[in-house]
Amino acid sequence: MNLTFWTNALMITGCLFMLLAAVGIYRMPDLFTRMHAATKVGTMGVSGLMLAVAVYFGDLGTTTRALLILLFFLITAPVAAHMIGRSAYLSRVTLWSGTSVNEWPLPSPKSPDPQKEEEPPTP
Amino acid sequence: MTDSVQGVSSLVMAVLFLATLIAMIRVVKGPSLPDRVIAIDLITTLAVGIIAVYTIKTGNPVYLTAAIALALLAFLGTVALALYIRRGGPP
Repeated sequence: MNLTFWTNALMITGCLFMLLAAVGIYRMPDLFTRMHAATKVGTMGVSGLMLAVAVYFGDLGTTTRALLILLFFLITAPVAAHMIGRSAYLSRVTLWSGTSVNEWPLPSPKSPDPQKEEEPPTP
Repeated sequence: MTDSVQGVSSLVMAVLFLATLIAMIRVVKGPSLPDRVIAIDLITTLAVGIIAVYTIKTGNPVYLTAAIALALLAFLGTVALALYIRRGGPP
């Protein structure tokens, strides 16, 4: 029961992650959000399926090969996504209209409290 | 208890083919070239997953070598297409 149960559980988990990656690449509004969906969730799905292979065959060679594929995906998927994202941004792909950048969120200025807690140092 | 693995692997393979079809829609209607590149990358990842499930279904671990080769080719193809987009893309 044990190995069969874990094989089935890992296969179903990986397959659901794969389906989630495909739905994400279909539904997301932007290139970069689609890239998030495809890369990370796809890597999770492949890792689930490869762990299912490694559990189902108890063999040393098969387990090594499955973990090698998994390690290869864990190394190469972020590199490929980084290169595609950089190339796409440099070739001026249009961003999503809801994209906002806030690198250092400050407290809102419409409610000035008298006790200034964080005052910037003045020379 | 091997029958349960057979049934579940058939179901999982059907869901993976459905996911491939959904990603193929993005390949067809992607607005720009990097969208299509990412979708093709996801389709190759799905093909590696399908090979893994087929390995479990047949019980023959020879097919994992094909999965290794396919993962390598997917990475090289994605990097080559990224450099192609960086150099200016299609005219």
